[in-house]
Amino acid sequence: MSTTAAGLIFIVSLIAALALLHKPFGDYMYRVYSGARHNRLERGVYRLLGVRADTEQSWPVYARSLLAFSVISILVVYGIQRLQDKLPLSLGMKPVTDHIAWNTAISFVTNTNWQAYSGESTMGHLTQMAALAVQNFVSAAVGMAVAIALVRGFARRKSGTIGNFWVDLVRGTIRILLPIAFVGALVLVSGGLIQNFSGVHEVTTLTGGAQSITGGPVASQEVIKELGTNGGGFYNVNSAHPFENATSWTNWFEIFLILVIPFSLPRTFGKMVGQVRQGYAIVAVMGVIALTSVLLTNLFELGGHATVPQAVGAAMEGKEVRFGVANSATFASATTLTSTGAVDSFHDSYTPFGGMMTLFNMMLGEVAPGGVGAGLYGMLILAVITVFVAGLMVGRTPEYLGKKIGAREIKLASLYFLVTPALVLIGTASAMGSAEQRAGMLNSGPHGLSEVLYAFTSASNNNGSAFGGLTVNTPWYDVALGLCMVFGRFLPIILVLALAGSLAAQAPVPEGAGTLPTHRPQFVGMVVGVTIILVALTFLPALALGPIAEGLS
Amino acid sequence: MPTPVLEAPDRAPEPKKSGPVGGGLLDPRQMLRSLPDALKKLNPVTLWRNPVMFIVEIGAVFTTVLAVLDPSFFAWAIVIWLWLTVVFANLAEAVAEGRGKAQAATLRKAKTDTQARRLKSSTSTEWEAVGAPELQQGDYVVVEAGEIIPGDGDVVEGIASVDESAITGESAPVIRESGGDRSAVTGGTKVLSDKIIVQITQKPGESFIDRMIALVEGANRQKTPNEIALNILLAALTVIFLVATVTMQPLAIYSKLINPGVADSLALDANGVTGVVLVSLLVCLIPTTIGALLSAIGIAGMDRLVQRNVLAMSGRAVEAAGDVSTLLLDKTGTITLGNRQAGEFVPVAGVSEAELAEAAQLSSLADETPEGRSIVVFAKQQYGLRERQPGELAHAEWVPFTAQTRMSGVDLDGREVRKGAATAVMKWVRDHGGHPTEEVGHLVDGISGSGGTPLVVAEKGRVLGVIHLKDVVKQGMRERFDEMRRMGIRTVMITGDNPLTAKAIADEAGVDDFLAEATPEDKLALIKKEQEGGRLVAMTGDGTNDAPALAQSDVGVAMNTGTSAAKEAGNMVDLDSNPTKLIEIVEIGKQLLITRGALTTFSIANDIAKYFAIIPAMFAAVYPGLDALNVMRLASPQSAILSAVVFNALVIIALIPLALRGVRYRPSSASKLLSRNLYVYGLGGIVAPFVGIKLIDLLIQFLPGMS
Repeated sequence: MSTTAAGLIFIVSLIAALALLHKPFGDYMYRVYSGARHNRLERGVYRLLGVRADTEQSWPVYARSLLAFSVISILVVYGIQRLQDKLPLSLGMKPVTDHIAWNTAISFVTNTNWQAYSGESTMGHLTQMAALAVQNFVSAAVGMAVAIALVRGFARRKSGTIGNFWVDLVRGTIRILLPIAFVGALVLVSGGLIQNFSGVHEVTTLTGGAQSITGGPVASQEVIKELGTNGGGFYNVNSAHPFENATSWTNWFEIFLILVIPFSLPRTFGKMVGQVRQGYAIVAVMGVIALTSVLLTNLFELGGHATVPQAVGAAMEGKEVRFGVANSATFASATTLTSTGAVDSFHDSYTPFGGMMTLFNMMLGEVAPGGVGAGLYGMLILAVITVFVAGLMVGRTPEYLGKKIGAREIKLASLYFLVTPALVLIGTASAMGSAEQRAGMLNSGPHGLSEVLYAFTSASNNNGSAFGGLTVNTPWYDVALGLCMVFGRFLPIILVLALAGSLAAQAPVPEGAGTLPTHRPQFVGMVVGVTIILVALTFLPALALGPIAEGLS
Repeated sequence: MPTPVLEAPDRAPEPKKSGPVGGGLLDPRQMLRSLPDALKKLNPVTLWRNPVMFIVEIGAVFTTVLAVLDPSFFAWAIVIWLWLTVVFANLAEAVAEGRGKAQAATLRKAKTDTQARRLKSSTSTEWEAVGAPELQQGDYVVVEAGEIIPGDGDVVEGIASVDESAITGESAPVIRESGGDRSAVTGGTKVLSDKIIVQITQKPGESFIDRMIALVEGANRQKTPNEIALNILLAALTVIFLVATVTMQPLAIYSKLINPGVADSLALDANGVTGVVLVSLLVCLIPTTIGALLSAIGIAGMDRLVQRNVLAMSGRAVEAAGDVSTLLLDKTGTITLGNRQAGEFVPVAGVSEAELAEAAQLSSLADETPEGRSIVVFAKQQYGLRERQPGELAHAEWVPFTAQTRMSGVDLDGREVRKGAATAVMKWVRDHGGHPTEEVGHLVDGISGSGGTPLVVAEKGRVLGVIHLKDVVKQGMRERFDEMRRMGIRTVMITGDNPLTAKAIADEAGVDDFLAEATPEDKLALIKKEQEGGRLVAMTGDGTNDAPALAQSDVGVAMNTGTSAAKEAGNMVDLDSNPTKLIEIVEIGKQLLITRGALTTFSIANDIAKYFAIIPAMFAAVYPGLDALNVMRLASPQSAILSAVVFNALVIIALIPLALRGVRYRPSSASKLLSRNLYVYGLGGIVAPFVGIKLIDLLIQFLPGMS
C-alpha cells in the first residue's frame, strides 16, 4: 500500500469513528449537564467540598468558584512538586526547582501541559499521579464547564444564572472523563502500553550502551492526556515513546481520544439550545478547518521531501519509523488543532510549511475542534464576531441564536479575541528583542524565530506542545511562558463567563425570515473565512519572518 | 361650508430610491465646500472620538517628524498621503453634516425673519404685530396669503394652501384647514392662498423647526447602540494590528541582524523597519475605510429619513426600524382608502335597481360625509344619474346627516326619503307605520358579513333596498405586504371594525393578522404581547389616544397632522402624514445597518492585498524568497508601500457616495441579501485592492525616489 493511501485510510477511518460517536456521545453529555439528579458519589463529593449543588450561580459567582478552584489547584500541584522527596513513591527524585515547579503547576492547571522538565527524570510517581494526572482530569472538566456555561447563556431566557460550577466540574469528571479514561486505559494497555509502579530499570542496549528506563502508571495517564486534550507526557519524548504510544494502532486511538470530546460537544450545544442543526453548523466549521489543515500538513510533509531525502531517510527526521510520515503529520495536526500538545514526532524537524501549519493551527485559537470545552467556546466567540458583521449585512442589528449581539457582547468577544494574539506577539517580541533569550534558540535564521514564536503560541493558547529546539527551562522562559499560560487561560474564561451571563439575561428574539440563518453552509463558510482571515492578518508579519521566509528560500 | 374632499393617497407610494436622496454622484463642489470643516476636524480633541482615525493622525504626526529629521521624497509622499487619509475621513463626515447644515440654514432663515399678527382674542379681529419668538402657547394669529406662519399650531378657522417646502422640501402646496386631520401647521411654512387663523401650540423656542434644526445639524448626535458596538469591534481590530505591527519590530531587527550582507534601505535598516514604513503598514491594516465612513453613514441615514420627510428624534429609533418584526398598521388611511365607498345598490324584491339608485342619490345629496358623496358619485357612474344640487329642487326640505340621527334624506312634495344606518332607518320606517320584511335583515347581515357597511334606503313606510359601502384597499398593498413577509416582518391590521369585517379586509389586503374592534388599550396590550415575545414593534398613530401605544412601541411614527400628544409620544414624525411610509422607514433602517456591515466587510477584506504589497516590500531584501508574495509584481518596495497607502486613502473618497446613499437594498430574505452583499463587498473587498494598488503602482513608479 502506498504511503498516501495508508494515510488516507487512517484519516477516513478517524472521521468515520468520530462521525459515528458524535450523536450518541454528544447526547450523553447533554444529559450529563442538563440532568437534575446527582448520584451518590457526586453527593458525597459535594458534601466533602461543602457546596450546595442545587443552587444556581450568577456569572461572577461561577467565575469566582472557578478561579478559586484553579488557584488552589496551582498551589497543590506546586506544593507536591516541591515536597516530592518527602512524599512516598518519589523514586528518589529531588524537589523540583521553584521556577520549573511554578511553570509546571500553571501548565497543568491551565490544561496546557507545557513541560519545561523531563518527566521520567524529574517527577516521582506520586507527583505524576496525584498532582499532574488529577489536573489532567479537572482542568479538562473546567474547560467543559465553561463551554457549557456559555451554551446555557444562549439557551436560557431572562435568567440571572448560568449553572453551578461545582456541579459541572464534578459531573464532567465523574460521568464523562473517568469512565472513558478507564476503558481507554485498558484499551491502551492491550495495545502495548505499560501500567505499573516499577522504578528505574538499567538496561544495556544492543550496542552496549547503558540506558535507564523508568516504568510507571503510563496507560492511565496517557488516556487522560489525550482525552482531556492535556498533552503532558509521562516521558519527555511524549507520545513518541513506545511505552506511551506503542504502535500505529495506538497512534490512531490516541488521535481519536484527542478529538472525540471536542467534536462531540457541538452536538451537546445543539441539543442544549434546542436546535441540533446549530450544532451541526459549528461542527462543520471545525471539520472544514481541521480537515483542510490535516490534508495540507500531510501534503507539505509528504511532498516537502523530495526523492533524494526520501532515499537517504531524511524525510523521517524527527519522526518515528513505526508511525511514518503521514500518521505523524495527522497526529501533529490533531494535537495542535486541539489544545493537546502531545507529540509523536518533532515539529521542529517538519518542513517549514508543515511546521507552519502546526503553528497556524494553534494561532486559530484552537477552535477546530480545540481543547475540551475551550474549542467550543472559542468557536462560539468567532461565531458571535461573524454574526456581528454578517448580521449587519442582512439589515438587522446582529443576533445569534435569538440573542442580540450589542455593545457589551461585542466588547467581551473582541477582548477575548485580543488576549491570545497579544500574548503570543508580545511574548515573542520580548524574547526576540533580547540577545540573552535568543541564545536559547537551537537554530539561527528564520527557523530559530519559529522556535520562539512556537513556544509563545503554544503557551498562550494552552497547547503545550513544543516545537523543540528552544531551551526553555530557564527562569526567564519559565516565568514568561507561565504568565502566557495563566493569562491565556483565565482571561478568556472570565470573558466567556461574562458573555454567558449577559446572554442568559436576555429575552430571545424569535427567528423569522429576516433573521440571519446560522445553520446553513453559507454561515459555515463565513465563520471559516472570518476565522482564517482574522488570524492570518494578525500573524502574517511574524509568520513571514519565520516559516514563510524559510519555506520560500 | 362644504368640506373639501382631500386627496388621500390612493396607492402606496413607491419607495423613492433615487431623486433627492441621491448624493450618489460625487459632487466635487460639495466636497470643496466641506473642506474647511474637514480641516477643523483634525483637532485631536474631537478626533479621538474616532479611535481608528485618531491612530492614523498620530501616525501622520509621527511620520512628519521623521520626514523632517530625515527627509526623502518617499517619506514626504507617505506623510502627505497619511494626512490626506485623515482629511478624507473628516471630509466624509463633513459632507454628510454639510447637507444637514445647508438645510438647517434655510430653516433658520425662515425662523428669524418671521413677524406675527397676533389677535387680541380668539373672537376679535384686531391684531398687533409681534416677533415670532414672542408668541406664547394659546395665542391666536392670523396668516394671509404670502405670509409665513409664525409658529406651530392648529388652524382654528379657514382653509389655505400652504407651501411647506421649507421643512419638507416638497414644492407642491398642501391644504391646511380647520377641524379634521389636517389642521396642524408648522412655523416657518408659507401660506399661498386664503387666510387662516392659527392657535399656537408650541412653547417659545421649542418649535418643530427648532427641533428640526437640531436634528439635521446633528450637532449633538449621539452614537447609536449598534454604532457603539461596531466602534468597539473596530477599536479591537485596531489594537490587534497595532500589536502585530509593533511586535514585528524585534523580529525585523533580528532578521536584519542575521543577514549582515543586506544593505540598509528606506524600508529596513539595522533599527528594523523604518518608522515611516511601519506606520504605513499599520494605517493600511487598521480598518480605516469603515472607521472613516462610520459616522457619515449614521448621519446620512438620518438625512435619508429627513429627505423622505420623516424626522427621527433619535438615531436609536432608525436602527430599531431595521429590526422591526411586527408592523401595526391602521386599516383606515393606510391599508384602505380613508373612507368607505358605495360599491353596490341591492334592492329588495319588487324594487328596481334604478329606483333604488334614484332614492339613494336623492337621500344622500344632503350628506356631506365622504360616504354620502361616494353614493352620489356611484349613482352617477353606474346609473347615469346626474348629480343634483340641493338648490335646484324647489320645496325640498333637506335632512342633513348628523351623528345623532345617523340618517340623511329629503322631504320633497310629500315624498320622504331617508338613507342611513340600518337600525336608525328601520326605526324610522316603523315609526311611519311600515314593517320592514325579513328580507331586509338578510341583506343587511349579508353585507356586514362580507366586511361591508350596509346603509338602508327607505321611503316613508317601506324599505327600498340596501347600499353596500365597501372598504377600498389601496392598490399595491398586497405586494408591499408580500415584500414585508419576505423580509420577515409580520403585518397586523388594526381596526375598529367587527372581526368579520376585519377578516374580510385583512384577507383582501394580504396582511398576516388583524386586531378587530381595537380600543387603545387593546392596541397597547398587543404591542406588549409582541414585545414580550422579543419582537420589535412599529406603528403609526395620530390621535391622543394613540399616545400610550406610540410610546410603548419601538418605532412610533406620529403623523405631523396628529395631536401634539401623539408627536411627543412617538420617536418619529412623518411630515407628510402618510402612514404607509412606515414601510419605507423600516427599509431605511435596514439599509443603514447593511451599509455599515458591507463597508466593514470591505474594509477588513482589503487588508489581504495590502499585506501582499507591503510584506515583500519590507522583507524581500533580507529574504529574497518573500518576493514570491509580491503577486502584483509592484515596481519597487517604495512604490509598493506608497501605492498601498494611496489606495487606502483614495478608497475612502471613492466610497463617500456609497456611505451617504446607502448600499442598494431590495427587500428579500436574509440569506439572499447576505449572499449578494458577501459577493459584492466581501469578494469585491478582496479583489478590488489588488487591482487598485497595481494601477496606482503603474502610475507612481515613474516618480522620483520610487526605484
